[in-house]
Amino acid sequence: MSAPLLQVEGLTKSFGRGQFESLVVDGVGFELHAGGSLGIVGESGSGKTTTARMLIGLERPTAGRITLDGEDHTHPARSVKALRARGRQIQIVFQDPYTSLDRRQRIGDCLAEVLRVHFRLGRAEVGARVRELGQLVGLDERQLRALPKALSGGQRQRVAIARALAADPKIVILDEAVSALDVSIQAQILNLLADIRERKGVSYLFISHDLAVIRQITDHTIVMRHGKVVEAGPTAQVLDNPTHPYTRLLRDSVPRADWTPGAHAATEPQEQAR
Amino acid sequence: MSALLEVEGLNVHLPVDGSLRRVLHDVSFTLEAGKALGLVGESGSGKSMTVRTIARLLPQGAKVDGHIRFDGTDVFDLRSEALRRYRSGDVSMIFQDPRSHTNPVRRIGDFLTEAMRINGKVPAREASRRAIDLLAEVGIHDGERRMRQYPHELSGGLLQRVMIAASVAVRPRLILADEPTTALDVTTQAEVMGILGRLQREYGMAMLFITHDLELAAASCDETIVLYAGGIVERQQSKRLHDDPLHPYTAALVQARPDIDHTTGRLPAIPGNPTSAYEAPDGCAFAPRCRFAQDRCRQAFPPLLTIDGIGASRCLRTDELRGTLLAGATTEEVTQ
Repeated sequence: MSAPLLQVEGLTKSFGRGQFESLVVDGVGFELHAGGSLGIVGESGSGKTTTARMLIGLERPTAGRITLDGEDHTHPARSVKALRARGRQIQIVFQDPYTSLDRRQRIGDCLAEVLRVHFRLGRAEVGARVRELGQLVGLDERQLRALPKALSGGQRQRVAIARALAADPKIVILDEAVSALDVSIQAQILNLLADIRERKGVSYLFISHDLAVIRQITDHTIVMRHGKVVEAGPTAQVLDNPTHPYTRLLRDSVPRADWTPGAHAATEPQEQAR
Repeated sequence: MSALLEVEGLNVHLPVDGSLRRVLHDVSFTLEAGKALGLVGESGSGKSMTVRTIARLLPQGAKVDGHIRFDGTDVFDLRSEALRRYRSGDVSMIFQDPRSHTNPVRRIGDFLTEAMRINGKVPAREASRRAIDLLAEVGIHDGERRMRQYPHELSGGLLQRVMIAASVAVRPRLILADEPTTALDVTTQAEVMGILGRLQREYGMAMLFITHDLELAAASCDETIVLYAGGIVERQQSKRLHDDPLHPYTAALVQARPDIDHTTGRLPAIPGNPTSAYEAPDGCAFAPRCRFAQDRCRQAFPPLLTIDGIGASRCLRTDELRGTLLAGATTEEVTQ
């Protein structure tokens, strides 16, 4: 098998110092191959979003190593040029499409801005690429001229996906990108993501707490808890034959027909008051 | 036995920019004492509006037609003291976000004992003893310490347990739970649902449970109502809903949701976007997105057809389509 596109080793992040130091990501390691789709599952506070933020350079790791396509990405880029080069490799889609778009910028301009930052294109070429991106995610000319307020949550998330794809990245991180959507719209976006991956060969790092969505969209999965990877493997195997008790607890917590909620959980919560 | 809660022909319009917009369209259902009824729908389907109307929490200027009877009394006839008693003793609400429904500068103990001290005229010491017992009931065993803490010192799951404790403190006959676990992690959701279900059964309270999650409603309610564009499209026993839906919308929802046990090549997504009640076309609100729609579906708002012993469906083709709704649309299954 070829070398992984993204390799993460012993990634660690702690916030605060001394007695207030808290280890948020603790020695996380995984690999993502070109065209692959890796799921990161975990509950709030498990460190999945912090991991994503380190991958795109929004946080500086305390320890560990990030290698993307043979280059060391552990520390944030030093120059604007290097920063943009990284932007062409990895992009992110956030959970909330209501706060992640500029409400005064038209959708088409939002996509054009990304194109102009990353590529030297003439005005006509930019226009053509914007329409092409719109087509790819299912936004028509009228929607490209609109402001975000005119679009529904699902349409906004299509914009966010188009914006991430505008830089033609090798990896797109989807951080709970379908969690805020209604079921009928969620299915549309999941299908769209599958199509795009097939057509463009882009890899996904898919962060979610929803095991059914993970099953649908990823090949491999890691389960995180308290900043550590507790289980890793092919998605079907992790979900069908979980070996770690925490993965089993997650699985058993999903509502289903003969559900006895809370039967597997301790009555006293383990967490301490913050 | 007559029902505890009867909702009959409820139509609600809210004022938006000077005109009245429809938010609920002919909602009727009954809920018997001690039963749990799920209200499922996507955003804008009218789930929260239904519950707010029942609790008489509609904004000024709302136009309401129809009846809501609680234990035989019309809720819209309640005035001052009677309305206060209804809201403080008969029904209580649990909201989605406990953090925005607790006062951040009051302690947990104040929050829990306030209703008992004011409505039940219980002395402070006795009230706080009862509050600690209540906390134990919802699985919080260090109640004395928790009573002295502030909301920000508790996690979302713990605070939601406190909310549940507060809402059952007065032993209401009806609990209105509006997405009580949506903001919680799955494992915490399971714990909270376990507690809520146990208290509901032990105290014999009726519960109207709102959620967008069909599986959660099916797992925790006796019966489930599915709402679309402000109207009821289906009512059925929860355990049948998933395998034998009556309305095409319910069937489409069941199919659009990815399955935890296997991967589907393509999810049978529902085309288009959910509509709200005021944008809904004449005729069946779901018709524009429905793969079974015919011309007659678009002509008049269909009636809610009762199917004896099973439930009800607002689809003109219910009889001919029954049992076939889940077939066909499923694309070939791919096992990993």
